[in-house]
Amino acid sequence: MDTSLLPVLLGLAVLAPLASFFTLLVIGRWLKPALSGFIATGAIVAALLLSLGSTGIWLAHHYPHASAHHGTEHAVTRPFGAQPAPATRTVAYQPHALSSKSPTPESARAAEPAGSAEEAASPHYTGDYYLLGQFGKLRLTISYYIDSLTLVMFCVVSLISACIHFYSMGYMHEEVTAMTDPEVTLANGELLKRRGRYWLFFTYLSLFCFSMLGLVLAGNLAMVFVFWELVGICSYFLIGFYIERKSASNAANKAFIVNRIGDFGMIIGLMALWSGLGTLAFGDVDANHNGRIERVEQGIFAQVRPTEQQHQLTTPEGMVRLSARDKIAGWAREMTDPTPAKLESVFQKNVAMLRAGGPDGSGTRYGYWLLIIAGVGIFCGCVGKSAQFPLHVWLPDAMEGPTPVSALVHSATMVAAGVYLVGRFYPVFTPEVLLVIAVIGVITLFMAATIAITATDIKRVLAYSTVSQLGYMMLALGLGGWLAGMMHLVTHAFFKSLLFMCSGSVIHAVHTNEMPEMGGLLKKMPYTAYTMLAGCLAISGVSLPFIIGFSGYYSKDMILEQAYSFFGLNPTLAGGLFFTLATGAAAITAFYMFRLWFMTFTGKPRNQHRYDHAHESPKVMYVPLIVLAVFATGVAWKLPFSTLNLQSLLEQARPAGTAATVASPMVGMTWPNEHIAHEDAQFWPIVVPVTLMATGTALGGILLAAAMYGFGPLDPREVRRQFPRAYRFLLNKWWFDELYDWLLVRRLHQIAAVIAAIDRRWIDALIDGLANVTIRFAQAWDFVADQSIVDRLVNWIGQATYSTGLSLRRVQTGSLRQYVLFLAVAAIAAFLIASALI
Amino acid sequence: MIPVLAQITVSHYMIVGAVLFVTGILCMATKRNALGVLMGIELVLNGANVNFVAFGSDYLRAQSLGLDGQLIALFVIVLAAGEAAVALAIALNFYNNHTTIDVDKAEDLKG
Repeated sequence: MDTSLLPVLLGLAVLAPLASFFTLLVIGRWLKPALSGFIATGAIVAALLLSLGSTGIWLAHHYPHASAHHGTEHAVTRPFGAQPAPATRTVAYQPHALSSKSPTPESARAAEPAGSAEEAASPHYTGDYYLLGQFGKLRLTISYYIDSLTLVMFCVVSLISACIHFYSMGYMHEEVTAMTDPEVTLANGELLKRRGRYWLFFTYLSLFCFSMLGLVLAGNLAMVFVFWELVGICSYFLIGFYIERKSASNAANKAFIVNRIGDFGMIIGLMALWSGLGTLAFGDVDANHNGRIERVEQGIFAQVRPTEQQHQLTTPEGMVRLSARDKIAGWAREMTDPTPAKLESVFQKNVAMLRAGGPDGSGTRYGYWLLIIAGVGIFCGCVGKSAQFPLHVWLPDAMEGPTPVSALVHSATMVAAGVYLVGRFYPVFTPEVLLVIAVIGVITLFMAATIAITATDIKRVLAYSTVSQLGYMMLALGLGGWLAGMMHLVTHAFFKSLLFMCSGSVIHAVHTNEMPEMGGLLKKMPYTAYTMLAGCLAISGVSLPFIIGFSGYYSKDMILEQAYSFFGLNPTLAGGLFFTLATGAAAITAFYMFRLWFMTFTGKPRNQHRYDHAHESPKVMYVPLIVLAVFATGVAWKLPFSTLNLQSLLEQARPAGTAATVASPMVGMTWPNEHIAHEDAQFWPIVVPVTLMATGTALGGILLAAAMYGFGPLDPREVRRQFPRAYRFLLNKWWFDELYDWLLVRRLHQIAAVIAAIDRRWIDALIDGLANVTIRFAQAWDFVADQSIVDRLVNWIGQATYSTGLSLRRVQTGSLRQYVLFLAVAAIAAFLIASALI
Repeated sequence: MIPVLAQITVSHYMIVGAVLFVTGILCMATKRNALGVLMGIELVLNGANVNFVAFGSDYLRAQSLGLDGQLIALFVIVLAAGEAAVALAIALNFYNNHTTIDVDKAEDLKG
């Protein structure tokens, strides 16, 4: 099997759900409902098989041989833009360009110290499927970028989506026939009755899967953006699936609008990148487009992290050129006869100086801000999509959709897209952008975790837990833990989809979302209860330390280790806060997850009626739960007999040059090499304390939850009474909705009112006046032109014809003999005239 | 050939034709009986026919119309027959409606 098959197989995997979407869209309405479910599920299963096949091909060619541990790298501190120097001490910023003796790329490559094998670009395949259009330098293509991250995402997305499709076939069975919506009351007091929309649900699901798979496969940012918006519109459709419910349509609007805010930033980032780099492709593409690689057009990654700079982040030449255009124009003026070639050579001579903020007095680092803007802009899009701190408000409201949708949105598709893009785009982020990401991440994770404590809606708890876990991923990425963030993305996708589907199973059984109405369901629905327990243990990161644990243990520990190692290099308050808040939130996570579990499944039934009607879900629903529970437990396990595991597979895709200790030139912080934290040498100083702390906090949280909600020495109501203010603060979700309502929505309404008044008073008056003038003018013109000229002419013609007719009528006497006389006279007259003329 | 006959030229025929023609016109103009009017028409046509035959005769002129004149005369006779048939039908109908064939009474089409 050849690797050239990869784009074909993965392309087919993307197209399978699309085919199902179109089939269902066109004929779904008339199909048997069950059949529409089978079509969509078949498509996603096909995508899963194709993904697995592709992964097999990948492994045949790029088997991950060693778990990543690179000895020398952590000792070297790499200031931004600096050449690798075999020094162990300096943290200060040293722009290499200041030194006139800086080695040429060739000598640098030769002089490169041993042990930088990892500096080689990660194995990937990139290329174009189809050229959509070319506008100047900008080529819009349908292209692919395939590395092990792509493959892992394909497997995860299609596997989870397949489980959710099966589950939905059971969960949505009410929609098969005409149904009554119990939550919509019509004006006449009756409940809404409508046709079932089973086929429509699967239509949307197929489109959703297509969008997400396409996003993962995308090889350029324009394509990413298209699929990004497709994912957004699918979530809009699915959150608003019960469109007749006011809350659902509001939630759908909210999700869509909040995402637009983030996308606005993303567009700015795209523009910054395009204007600076002239390409939107990730990887290098064949510039001749003839299939033979003779001339290479550098993609974003190669421009930002050039091979000549050992893949260290370098302000790309295009951005320098753009930002220093005034200076270049100045040089042109100084020259006697400026030619482009001459100017170019001067620019090339000075580019390093411009890039590093050279001795021209200003110290401006040309183009660097553009790079920051690009990074922050792209991250803005991710903030919206992954529900990070200022824009997190849409995600909890997205619970209005059917539960399988929540599971999909919260695990493998929508929110994962944001984190995935940060991971994919990681090479372009400067340390300053990373700091922004880390700060946003830590705020999100802590805030969401605290809100989840008091929520009583079972899905809402999980929603805030998702926000919190996404915050963990962003924190990890922001602190330099690329692998940790990606690992958590994968493990979280499994356990969160599991948790949501379990909650859906519970809701299906008791017909309410409110946990205070549940309780004691363990006996009634054992499959759901125990799979959910696995999910809770996974998200809490429970383990036998250093031996084995649930998947969350591996990924969360990696994040905490990275935070701790960051703290080690930046022993300041800010550096410490990252670790402290992350660890604290880990305890809170364990607490609220087990609060949820205990409240739902143990204790006495709080609502006997609902309890009596509860039942285990059908097989089509709980079998996917078991599959996911297996993965949630063991997806991150390292098998003793093989080097193949999630971590080593993902490590293959690590963007070249990102595993380095980097100091920021603008903020006084140093980003630790991710491998430091997992070094054997760092086992005692970092790994052991962090692991013990993480396990301790998790167990502490679980025990507290058990004490309060499980076995009862502590009464939650008592606690609530003790801290009424904190309770209300959390219950109202930090008053974010109220704040936004007051700060944005009200202001917007006020501005709208003012504008409406202007509209009515001024613009309407103006338009009315104009209309009146027009009418007057038309009347005058009508009198002058129409009535006095045109009408008179027409009337005169009519009258003239009439009078001629009247006079001619006289000769029509009806007397035959007279006619004969006329004839004779006329003939004689004609004869006389003719003879006279001749 | 008889000397008197040799004196006869086209002009004589044309005088006869003109007399016939004018007689016909006067007949048409003065007769109130529809049948009389028809007879006038016949006279007019035949006056014209005399002219045609005379111009077509090889004995009267060196350069004659030849057979064309005789043929046109034949056509006129056929036309006259057709016209008489139609006109008699009109007269019959007129009589049915007005119990008379006085053409002075036929002024329904007066403008």
